[in-house]
Amino acid sequence: MAEATHDEGHRHPAPKGFIRKYIFSLDHKVIGIQYILLALTAVVVGMIMSVLMRVNLSWPGSKWSILGTLFPTGAPGGVMSDSFYLSLVTMHGTLMVFFVLTTAPQGGFGNYFLPIQIGAEDMAFPVLNMLSFWVTFVGFIVLLTAILAEGNLTVGAWVSKLGASFAGGTGTVGPIGGWTGYVPLSALGPIAGPGQGAGVNLWIISIAIFCVGSLLGALNFITTLLNMRTRGMSLMRMPLTCWAWFTTAILALLSFPVLLAGGILLLLDRIAGTSFFIPGGLFVSGNLVPQHTGGSPLLWQHLFWFFGHPEVYIAILPGMGATSHVLSTFARTPIFGYRAMVFAIFAIGMLGFFVWGHHMFISGMSPYSAVAFSILTLSIGVPSAIKTFNWLGTLWGAKIRFTTPMLFAIGFVSLFVAGGITGLVLGQTSLDFFFHDTYFVTAHFHLVMGVASIFGMFAATYFWFPKMFGRMMNETLGKLHFWITFLGVYAIFIPFHAMGMLGMPRRYANFGEYAFLKNAHSLVLFVTVAAIITVAIQIVFYFNFFWSMFKGKKATDNPWEATTLEWTTATPPPHDNFAGVIPTVHRGPYEFAVPGAPRDFVMQTEPEAAEVAAELGDRSGNGGNGHKH
Amino acid sequence: MGRALGIAIWVITILSVLMFVTKHWWFPESISEHGPAVDHQFMITIIVVGVSFAAAQIGLGWVVWKYRDSASAQRATYSHGNNRLEVIWTIVTAVIFISLAVMGQRVWASLHLNAAPPGSYQIEVVAQQFAWTFRYPGKDGVFGRTDPSLINDEGQNFVGLDETAPNAKDDIQVSTLVIPANQPVELILRSKDVTHSFFVPQLRFKQDLVPGMKIPVHFTATKVGKYELACAELCGMNHYKMKSFMLVLPKEEFIELTNLPPAQFLIRKDELMAKYQLPQY
Amino acid sequence: MAATVTNTEGVATAIGGGPRSRGGNGFQKNGGGRDGQDGEPLRFTPERYRIGVWMAIASIVMLFTALTSAYIVRSASGNDWQPIAMPKVLWLSTLLIVISSVTMEVSRRSLKQQQDARYGRWLIITVALGLAFLGSQIIAWRQLVRQGAYLASNPFNSFFYLFTAAHGLHLLGGIMALSYLLLRTRQRRSTIDGELRRVGAADSATIYWHFMDVLWVALFFLLFFWK
Repeated sequence: MAEATHDEGHRHPAPKGFIRKYIFSLDHKVIGIQYILLALTAVVVGMIMSVLMRVNLSWPGSKWSILGTLFPTGAPGGVMSDSFYLSLVTMHGTLMVFFVLTTAPQGGFGNYFLPIQIGAEDMAFPVLNMLSFWVTFVGFIVLLTAILAEGNLTVGAWVSKLGASFAGGTGTVGPIGGWTGYVPLSALGPIAGPGQGAGVNLWIISIAIFCVGSLLGALNFITTLLNMRTRGMSLMRMPLTCWAWFTTAILALLSFPVLLAGGILLLLDRIAGTSFFIPGGLFVSGNLVPQHTGGSPLLWQHLFWFFGHPEVYIAILPGMGATSHVLSTFARTPIFGYRAMVFAIFAIGMLGFFVWGHHMFISGMSPYSAVAFSILTLSIGVPSAIKTFNWLGTLWGAKIRFTTPMLFAIGFVSLFVAGGITGLVLGQTSLDFFFHDTYFVTAHFHLVMGVASIFGMFAATYFWFPKMFGRMMNETLGKLHFWITFLGVYAIFIPFHAMGMLGMPRRYANFGEYAFLKNAHSLVLFVTVAAIITVAIQIVFYFNFFWSMFKGKKATDNPWEATTLEWTTATPPPHDNFAGVIPTVHRGPYEFAVPGAPRDFVMQTEPEAAEVAAELGDRSGNGGNGHKH
Repeated sequence: MGRALGIAIWVITILSVLMFVTKHWWFPESISEHGPAVDHQFMITIIVVGVSFAAAQIGLGWVVWKYRDSASAQRATYSHGNNRLEVIWTIVTAVIFISLAVMGQRVWASLHLNAAPPGSYQIEVVAQQFAWTFRYPGKDGVFGRTDPSLINDEGQNFVGLDETAPNAKDDIQVSTLVIPANQPVELILRSKDVTHSFFVPQLRFKQDLVPGMKIPVHFTATKVGKYELACAELCGMNHYKMKSFMLVLPKEEFIELTNLPPAQFLIRKDELMAKYQLPQY
Repeated sequence: MAATVTNTEGVATAIGGGPRSRGGNGFQKNGGGRDGQDGEPLRFTPERYRIGVWMAIASIVMLFTALTSAYIVRSASGNDWQPIAMPKVLWLSTLLIVISSVTMEVSRRSLKQQQDARYGRWLIITVALGLAFLGSQIIAWRQLVRQGAYLASNPFNSFFYLFTAAHGLHLLGGIMALSYLLLRTRQRRSTIDGELRRVGAADSATIYWHFMDVLWVALFFLLFFWK
């Protein structure tokens, strides 16, 4: 590598050639876009799967000829088999949780904007950064291989040669154990039924690879944030997006290794005959299983959920950061309670490590630990409530500009409240007797993860698109996208609560067997119609995104009149982010409506001499370091 | 746009609250002794949830309406927050949430932190892909020895009963759960292959059946009738039709039934299944 | 604007860490200062590599903590836990890795005293000891296999192979890092930045290497004594 001399921090000159510039780039901006594109791809596959699920539930037994053509064994005659349905459930969850919600918010927008927002020229370890994306991408390809190995008889037969536990080609789209892969179902191999062969092995390998990619990224984020902030950028002057990415990276760093450990143990149980999770005395599909003994199925659940719970905060924290950021910008007022917001982000992150047992209340684990987990779980509601109050406080006394990113940020607040509040129900052991593994749970996590989180991503996309691509996205299309999506997601997921009230269990391919689910039918149909419309309208977003990249109105450097460092530099930013002129930060990130200032916003780089706000105006004690430091 | 958004949020809030308030889609009627306590705790919780939900959404809709940008040159309020408010709403929220949490442990504790009361009738529940087997100890009141190597599904020996063992001859294996009304019942839950979960909505009770574990649980049913039993943990492709029934009988009918030898038990059970109807939904 | 190394004292203090208020304390509140000699705000500091390696260590600790808690849970869950006698060669393994930590430390200090040749030599010795450690692990494995103790024979065996393999893989990564130091950074660099990186890389590799040692000792105790 060239020994750069004058700009010591920038070690690699601008690359030349298509491959170095766009494929194996070391530039965090390119890598960020790569993550976003990966997520945009995965989410399409995930959405299609969810529509297929909805269609099967609403009109069971109906024929879909394209399915029959693509998956003749899994959907014979075009009618989805039950294992096909379960493979959709599994892959939908896996794709969405890992390849959408753990990539775009952190690896996508975080990678692009963390260095710029703290005034750095790149991430701490650019090579590691590039590796983290490509490792994640390989994980994605392996997951697609799982789909092929199960869905295609030829590929399945070929993969089966790898060993008995690699039996494939059942005609489904992957393993059928759910994204949570509970054992022994996922550990026993093909004897436990179709969809427990090659698909599971490849699924485990894909997730293990994903773990490594995430860990590389997390390491980079933490080091960058701690070591490379520019002059004047103290921790308490960082935008809340940076705090969110920082906390998320810590969560990832400490939780993904546990999933990796679990995955290794599971793979060994499947292919090496160990018995970490498989107890003795099993009788499966008409046969004794003498080769396994003494394992603990609950051990898998503990390992999985020790990761799984921080994972859901990994999925939402960046969205919270983006929401705070966008809300403040378009409300033209500082964020209400910056310090409290930082505290809340950290509290949510740290508490998130101590509540995993609330996924396991009725699993057979000690009922005493269930009580402890339950009380800790409801405490997480407190920092979440603080954040909500502060968002409302930000909007109070504001001067709101309803741009598309703002609409999505407001939507985030609404949806986060809707989804989060039912945590109060699900977190109580006594209520879990009824609600565990029902659609009430599905309602809860979809509203927070599957919708609020995505709205955070939409807000981030519309907000930062001009900076990333030098052009504005179309506002009319954006607003159309917002309105239909916002109404649509409520129409889909509020009824899920009602289904849960009836006692509707999760992961059922068909609700026709039970009289107690009779009254669900109208709900199921209504939700399917809403889902089809909502998924369809995303086409508008994709069109807007890609079309605007080339044909959108050209953007100025600071079209939103925002205050943070990314808006001080060119649009799009040059290779080293600041064209050699390292910014110096003089004030906090949300200095809007500063009394006495010439405009209603003051950029972070603005030196203090230019304004007199320090002694006027601010009534709080909750300074976000808007003043001299 | 602010007005439209405010209205939309309020409309969504009203419709969502209505969905709950009208109880159009609601729990089926509770039939267990602890059921009313669960329902009561749910009511308290959902009221807190509903009020918080509505307050936050109405607040959001209101600020979005009121503080939309206008043509005036006046700027927004410059405030970095209010520490006193932060402390107040943090404490209030914490008190409410922790109180709910503590209250929410009571029914759980009564069922799980206490052993089954003396006089509980013991039944063994064995789950497999994709069926339920319930074992009764028969007239002698003692369960016979079982061993997985003796399992013979075709021969209806689902639990692997050792027919030669003492106390085993009168054990009954049946696909329907039959329990007495108003007498505590202790279920010993186990699984032959993968994790399943026992769920009867009316009972307000759910418990996983984990291979390698024998999990005792207890409850008391209070209403005679026939109820559906569903599996609530993904166990394979026929998870959605791993169905059975729970029959709650008046005490005398139950005693009479459980003293019958196996063959007569099954016949009588079929008669009783025809006699009782599922609830009206 | 070529910055040649004329101010060795500045470089030395930067390497040694210097007073906390000057270059490179990333935990500083008011902007990660890195005002080096030129007043350039964004000079590389060895702190960057140090934070990176500690973060890597944190995640590896979590991996082994997860495996250890699985070990403990599993030992209590069935009645098939049969600890076996550990191959004696593992005592040699322990000796080798402990000595390699010493040699690594000698190497690092040589670099700090700007004795590049000595640094390189002791680095080679450390790598050799690391490879010898891996060799002794393989010997231990082969002994067990000869005894009929396979991966799936019983859960204690499973964990033994798993722990040693996981540690060995991470150690191999460490050996690769040391080899990189040998091949690419044995020579003094011509710029302050380059020299800081060279020394920072060696420092961080040393931290990682010591961690591998400590991890091995912990696993050794777990497998030998906590059964």
